[in-house]
Amino acid sequence: LSEKVQAIYLWWHKPVIDRELLQSLPNLKVIANSGVGMDHLDLKLIAGFGVKMANVPHAVSTSTVDTGMGLLLASARRLVESHRIALSPGVEYNEVDILGVEVTGATLGIIGMGRIGYKIALRAKAFEMNILYHNRTRRKEQEEHAVGATYCEKIDYLLQQADFVMVVVSLTPQTRNLIGKREMELMKPTATLINISRGAVIDQEALVTALQTGRIRAAALDVTYPEPLPRDHPLLKLKNVIITPHLGIKTDKTAYMITEEAVENILAALNGLPMPSEVLP
Amino acid sequence: MWYHKPDINEELLQSLPNLKVVASSGVGIDHVDLNLLSSYGVKLSNTPFVVSTDTADLGMALMLASSRRLVEGSHQMAVSHDTEYFPADWLGTDLSGATLGIVGMGTIGYKVAQRAKPFEMKILYHNRNQRNKEEESAVGAIYCKKIDDLLHQSDFVLLSVSLTPQTHKLIGKRELELMKPTATLINISRGLVVDQDALVEALQNKVIKAAALDVTYPEPLPRDHPLLKLKNVIITPHIGSATKKTRRLMMENMIESIQAGLTGLPIPNEVL
Repeated sequence: LSEKVQAIYLWWHKPVIDRELLQSLPNLKVIANSGVGMDHLDLKLIAGFGVKMANVPHAVSTSTVDTGMGLLLASARRLVESHRIALSPGVEYNEVDILGVEVTGATLGIIGMGRIGYKIALRAKAFEMNILYHNRTRRKEQEEHAVGATYCEKIDYLLQQADFVMVVVSLTPQTRNLIGKREMELMKPTATLINISRGAVIDQEALVTALQTGRIRAAALDVTYPEPLPRDHPLLKLKNVIITPHLGIKTDKTAYMITEEAVENILAALNGLPMPSEVLP
Repeated sequence: MWYHKPDINEELLQSLPNLKVVASSGVGIDHVDLNLLSSYGVKLSNTPFVVSTDTADLGMALMLASSRRLVEGSHQMAVSHDTEYFPADWLGTDLSGATLGIVGMGTIGYKVAQRAKPFEMKILYHNRNQRNKEEESAVGAIYCKKIDDLLHQSDFVLLSVSLTPQTHKLIGKRELELMKPTATLINISRGLVVDQDALVEALQNKVIKAAALDVTYPEPLPRDHPLLKLKNVIITPHIGSATKKTRRLMMENMIESIQAGLTGLPIPNEVL
């Protein structure tokens, strides 16, 4: 059977692609990943076996964007906490427990203005948010203008001004622990941190401390390290944290589109044609 | 008057001979008997504009939370004691690209449409009056003279009407049955706009998919109410205007109205 395998469609990081597996599949030509992040794959190792790789950047972006906006709004308006209060056996509650912060007119700092970051800016504009962004490279003037976004060459400026900091980068050696103690201390005490990229982009221990001491107001995380977190992790106990189970791309439509995009790439690779979203090591 | 208290009735009005003005917090005045007040020569004000943005924001928050199962995902999965892994087949539905039907296209409804537009939602609306062409095209909204047309086509039905005798139980068994079985009902207006018993039945029998309610009748619901037990329902404790800044602005508006009422000047935000 292993002689026959020419393609692998990787669903949620399984199977694990290691040397042993690659050696056992001599006719493997392509691995297509069911997401955009490739940080779980050893790209050089795979390329070394002459196997091509693809991700699915188009299929995932809209759902991930909506997750980011959903988490921003849910955190700002304390939706999860309020729902708990609405259902709780005691009906008395303090107004102070349900007051949130405004989204319309607030300042949003987007760290990582790629495809996903830009679509977030498009939505945030309709909420009349003041948009700052930090990115490896600056976007074209027309693109900035279309969403009213201001480039921050230094991340510090963005962190100091933003009411909401949304992290939308891919995980690379450069972005590991991108947001740590130093960055959180630059943030406003009334600010909210939202992470829809990878858990390892944020220094989780520093985040726990920052949330416990009120260094920042709140956090909303669709991703953590690991996933799921150990059940006794302090992040699970903090009232000012929303954690969702990496549901960024988990919709029926997107699951379908991901598979379509992956299959397109697989077929192209098997037919020796250019792949729509090939990932090079 | 904060959150409908105190209750303005004959007894109270008779006991306060020098009462000149009642300033009500929020925009809704369905809890006040206007005729009764004016028969005692007492003026009434509300705070209509300052609450609209936060309420529209909350409408969007509820739509996103419901469609992507954010509350369920966080409570039952991410932070639950029993979770060992996140199941691969647990899915929500996309908000982007879906059809939104706004029932009540006043200030709040229109702001929801503005926010929904970049999500590439198809926007339908039903209102007493059609909005003008510029307003419609600015948000890409299509008028549905018959509410039935809106209900048939919408993936999300958002209620942003004021409560009047005409809108009481506007959404009942008939309307719920016209909705898609994959549709979600969002209510940011008043609990009484929906026939709550019919809603419970519709949710239990999967006539509609889900509901997200910032308002119920009464508020809060009795602790054994079926709505509190349904997995496909999000309930929030009437937090439409619950941000620090807006609450402060509401109070400032109310004080302005009271001061004007006491000095015999024209009252800002007077309700006639």
